[in-house]
Amino acid sequence: MDRREVIVVGGGVIGLSIAWRAARSGISVTLLERDRFGAGATHAAAGMLAPVAEADFGGAGRALVELGLTSATSWPQFAAALERDSGLPSRLRADGALVLARDRDEAEALERQLAYRRRLGLAVTRITPSRARELEPALAPSLRLALEIPGESSVDPRWVCDALVLAARGAGAELREHCEVAGLVRRGGRVSGVALADGGQLGADRVVLAAGAWSAALSDVPVRPVKGQIMRLRDGDGPGLVGRTLRFEGGYIVTRGDGGYVLGASSEERGFDTTVTARPLYELLRDASELVPGLLDLEVEEITVGLRPGSPDNLPLIGASDEDGLILACGHFRNGILLAPITATLVVGVLEDALPSASVGSRHIPDEVGV
Amino acid sequence: MQYKAAETFSRRSEPLAIGGRTLRSRLILGSGGFTSLELLASAVEASGTGLVTVAMRRVDPTARGSLIEVLDGLGVRVLPNTAGCFTARDAVRTAQLAREALQTDWVKLEVIGDAQTLLPDATELLIAAEQLVNDGFVVLPYTTDDPILARRLEDAGCAAVMPLGSPIGSGMGICNPYNIALICERAGVPVVLDAGVGTASDAAFAMELGCAAVLCASAISRAEEPVAMAYAIAAAVTAGHEARGAGRIPRRRLASASSPLEGMPDLG
Repeated sequence: MDRREVIVVGGGVIGLSIAWRAARSGISVTLLERDRFGAGATHAAAGMLAPVAEADFGGAGRALVELGLTSATSWPQFAAALERDSGLPSRLRADGALVLARDRDEAEALERQLAYRRRLGLAVTRITPSRARELEPALAPSLRLALEIPGESSVDPRWVCDALVLAARGAGAELREHCEVAGLVRRGGRVSGVALADGGQLGADRVVLAAGAWSAALSDVPVRPVKGQIMRLRDGDGPGLVGRTLRFEGGYIVTRGDGGYVLGASSEERGFDTTVTARPLYELLRDASELVPGLLDLEVEEITVGLRPGSPDNLPLIGASDEDGLILACGHFRNGILLAPITATLVVGVLEDALPSASVGSRHIPDEVGV
Repeated sequence: MQYKAAETFSRRSEPLAIGGRTLRSRLILGSGGFTSLELLASAVEASGTGLVTVAMRRVDPTARGSLIEVLDGLGVRVLPNTAGCFTARDAVRTAQLAREALQTDWVKLEVIGDAQTLLPDATELLIAAEQLVNDGFVVLPYTTDDPILARRLEDAGCAAVMPLGSPIGSGMGICNPYNIALICERAGVPVVLDAGVGTASDAAFAMELGCAAVLCASAISRAEEPVAMAYAIAAAVTAGHEARGAGRIPRRRLASASSPLEGMPDLG
């Protein structure tokens, strides 16, 4: 059996980030993607880097904020290195975000969100509707209340994917598309490689499972698909309608800075179903256009369905698994783009034996994670 | 803090039976609004409930690792609901699909009148209830707090009636306790308060008014600590039910000393 040090299963943003960083650290790595690179959740993702806006209540919610903030902090450096290694100009944007309320009920809910974020010491400001409309004149006059999150940024996941492919190959990683893994190969009580759907086998010292929503087909991990429907809109007159990420009850609008906007997203427990249905798209357009009436004049460029890799507590599984030779990097749910840098750092750390094995995983986020 | 399942509360009264089946608890849980499956599972356990309702329009019951699989794993029964249906036709079809997928003839029937209030559409609800009862379903209809409509639903053969305290997800509690009490007084089937509970006292109040059970979703799933709230509301349901059975004292306008004044020593 042909051998290398590491096989990464899955060529989305998580697997590609790991392959790139591992190759840069001098590890011989082969990445196998069943479809095209980034064809799964990466292709659908809006690319918000929003640990503050997305903060959930509870212990797992707070752990995810911690992990997300650490990763968000490392994104500028990650993007700069990616730009340098790939030659593709960075599409990371630090525009900030507004969280919006359309009526009294939503305003009450926003006050609760604000109080929670203040308790966590997160930078969020309550601003008046008139101030919000100074910042974003396209907002409807009916706006009731807004929160401003100055630091939050976004990145185009498709740039990230394209750049990672170039950068990883440039660093010496072997990347294969349309190469489906049918199962893990075990020998002497440890995972020693993968069996390919076309019948061949590839051997490795370690296998990294980064197969997103499909991870549970290869190992006993609690990862399930959570369907998301999302739209891409384009302003033929170029940028300017909206400058910041706008969030509202039930959705968000992310600006790409070139006249492109992403409007998302539904969240549906429908297994591997990827059909496009009318209701969530109608609801997204209805709600978003109440806030930004001009949105309805834009061109509909694309409607995408993606499958987020959901975990039971919404935290990712990162690090050594129960099985020798198998390392997990899956279950990133809504946060794969945000958490790609920290995931790559943690996994490459395990690969280099810099971190103790089994130090991370769902509900076992390490106390200190150097990026 | 650890919460024991609410089953451990003392319970002197008969357990509740609906449609010939005994329920483990008088609290029925809604599954919507939880931020993670793990939180849902912990809240179900803390609540001690034996019945959890699931919106059939939002889940694929066959999906691996899904909501249904989690609920099965917890040993609770799944009560499919027709949330999101605006016509009798859609609701009946959704109930039939649920029966096929989940092998249950129980259905929580919702036929919604408009998207802003999510209030029931009385006419469509009655039409759907009649059709489903004829088709052999055990029908639990989500209804307005109208005592006449509640009676019509009972007459149509529904196994329980589920009046709202206030609109779904509003957390406004019981806006018309007089109507809820009247429904309870006159119903020959169990009355389940459905929708409107915001916190534990609302659930206790519903039981004191004579409800046989409380259905609760948002108050638990959208609380800051859903597991603690599940425990609190389960305790409140038990408290309200026991208090109802114990018989409250009449209200008086003036004080009445709890110790008699006669026979006090005259200390001059």
